[in-house]
Amino acid sequence: MDFITSIPWALIAWSVAKAVFVIFLVVLPMVSYTVYAERRVSAAIQDRVGPNRTGFPTTLLGFKKDMQIILGGLGQPIADAVKFILKEDFTPGGVKKFYFWLAPCLAMLPLVSLAFVPFGSSLFGEKMVIADINVSVLGVFAVTGVGVYAIVLAGWASNSKYPFLGGIRSTSQMIAYELSMGMSIIPVLMAQGTMQMSHIVQNQADNGWTLLPLWGHGLSLQSWLLLIPFGISFIIFAISVFAETNRLPFDMPESESELVSGYHTEYSSMKFALFFLGEYTAMIVGSSLIVVFFLGGWHMPGIPDGDGNGGLAILRELPHWILGLVNITCFFGKVAALLVCFIWVRWTLPRFRFDQVMKLGWLYLFEIALANIILTAAIIAFTSK
Amino acid sequence: MAYVVPRPELTLKEKAYLPSIISGLKITFGHFKKMLQGKTKVTMQYPEEKWDAELPEYYRGAPTLVKDDHDRERCVACQLCEFICPPRAITITPEEIPAGERFEKVEKRPAEFKIDMIRCIYCGMCEEVCPEQAIYLRKDYAITGITRGEMVHDKKKLYELGGVFKGLVHKWNPEK
Amino acid sequence: MNPLLFGLFAFLMLAFGVSVVVNRNPVASALSLVVSFLCLAALYVGLDAYLIASVQVVVYAGAVMVLFLFIIMLLDLKAEERRKFNKLAVGGGALVSLAFAAQVIGVLGKFPKGNQPFPTLKLPPDETLNDIQKVGESMFSQHTLPLQIVGVLILVATIGVIVISKRELK
Repeated sequence: MDFITSIPWALIAWSVAKAVFVIFLVVLPMVSYTVYAERRVSAAIQDRVGPNRTGFPTTLLGFKKDMQIILGGLGQPIADAVKFILKEDFTPGGVKKFYFWLAPCLAMLPLVSLAFVPFGSSLFGEKMVIADINVSVLGVFAVTGVGVYAIVLAGWASNSKYPFLGGIRSTSQMIAYELSMGMSIIPVLMAQGTMQMSHIVQNQADNGWTLLPLWGHGLSLQSWLLLIPFGISFIIFAISVFAETNRLPFDMPESESELVSGYHTEYSSMKFALFFLGEYTAMIVGSSLIVVFFLGGWHMPGIPDGDGNGGLAILRELPHWILGLVNITCFFGKVAALLVCFIWVRWTLPRFRFDQVMKLGWLYLFEIALANIILTAAIIAFTSK
Repeated sequence: MAYVVPRPELTLKEKAYLPSIISGLKITFGHFKKMLQGKTKVTMQYPEEKWDAELPEYYRGAPTLVKDDHDRERCVACQLCEFICPPRAITITPEEIPAGERFEKVEKRPAEFKIDMIRCIYCGMCEEVCPEQAIYLRKDYAITGITRGEMVHDKKKLYELGGVFKGLVHKWNPEK
Repeated sequence: MNPLLFGLFAFLMLAFGVSVVVNRNPVASALSLVVSFLCLAALYVGLDAYLIASVQVVVYAGAVMVLFLFIIMLLDLKAEERRKFNKLAVGGGALVSLAFAAQVIGVLGKFPKGNQPFPTLKLPPDETLNDIQKVGESMFSQHTLPLQIVGVLILVATIGVIVISKRELK
């Protein structure tokens, strides 16, 4: 039984503990409150109020009144979850049952890619990233690439034309934008010289954010010149993230006015909720990537990391675990700000036509990203000496 | 005849698309900001804020039965409202006023008068048709109940809601 | 790599590989192939070869198989019908393949290096494995010409596809 003892059980248990912490205490609440934020922000943009009164049903416990928090509506995600679980789970006749059930399970796949994202510096000496491998950027792209199966299978297994069209659309859209997404990030990787996300963030903490090179080596001419390709990268990457997560203005797979609701038309109850959650998880992953690549990850100017390095001297005196927590908060704060931007864009722009989406992806973004790589290479080559 | 929709000639700025996105984002952000500052006020928070004081005189709320100044019931159970009612929400069980009572000469009165508030469409035809001006649409609009039975107003409930209508019958009097 | 994990993933990979052939529904076959690729990637991860594992997933599971699935669904391929086998041909085929397997095993068994266990790979203690850097360096210094040729080859294939598809449109 040599090979059983040779399994690093402690390491596995620790990784699982970290994953459970991140998924259940950070990401899933964040997902459900992103849904809530989506509803409130969209309401505010459209001069409405939005869900503002779901409290916590303390009447069930025998109190006379339901507890309503002053902000209001914060119980809404919980109520939504209960509603989704209690609804009738209907499987239409004529669907391909196995794949019909498999698709919503795969829809939660974007959660896996969060394993590679460094969401904090370190806490109690422990690095705040679940899988700190040297090709974590590729790892994220690998998981996103596999994520398309959920939508394709849902569309195909439903055995109905609108979901099918949605699935087909999403496949071609995702392949098109994955390319420009991968290409647009290459200039950043070239300048950073690594594909390990934790190193990318550490570099930015030392030498200035990708889009804000204000300290360290970042004050050189090279990094100011590099801002041009980085800006282009940022725009292309952000647009591709919108397209990859099927958000408006690229929500081709579920465009309501054309395809009823696209690939999840035939789904109900918790199976539908999984698609819904998967979409918002993908949003969170997308914004985390933008934060890691362009906005300095967990770093905030002046705040030291979890080991007490860098930052202002006064703050370095603080207990290191507080600094670690502050770093984590910074990261998720940035992600939350980006999520609000996502929502803001969604409630501003109308949907593209499908041929326009394809044209934009293949004819413009991809080419611009390629040219951008050459531009970056030229800048790095001519200014390194 | 074929009609060709002319494609607009786009300038470079319009083709780049990003400037128009930014101006769009500005507009939505303006609405968002106004909402946060509390400058937008379009929706009334219903149970807390009510509009009852501003309800117009002609508001058509729940139909009710009224009594006159002498506490007599005006309804004579002619059943015209029952016939006119479009959703057939009204059910009247008439009874003869037994001989020897003070208002024997009226001959009929409702033994039971039921309005099913789930059916009622608040059209006010019962009020218009009533020759005795016994049924009026009042300003109650929040008629709720947990069971179907609760939603059927019986005679007692109708008189309770309607109360007393003082003075002469003003129904067709333009001066009111 | 842990033998338990190796055994698990190797078994899964082979099992799903068999199911690619055995399944008569083309979509099920394609998906089995995806799972097989993923298990292969897991084997690579077990060898600490993260780069090749990621590339395996990105290229094969994420791009190639999605296109396969896309085409299968677009053409709406039906499940294959069961064919009657010619017993003589099947027997002959089995005989030939068995003979071939016996020969391979026989030759490999006599080959002295085939009996040696593979030496365990150990990094120098002060070095960490950075496979992406190693691959990049060898690709762009030692193997630049083959890389360029492959690039041109793919370009030719792409242009060829466009030319052929355009001609069919007329």
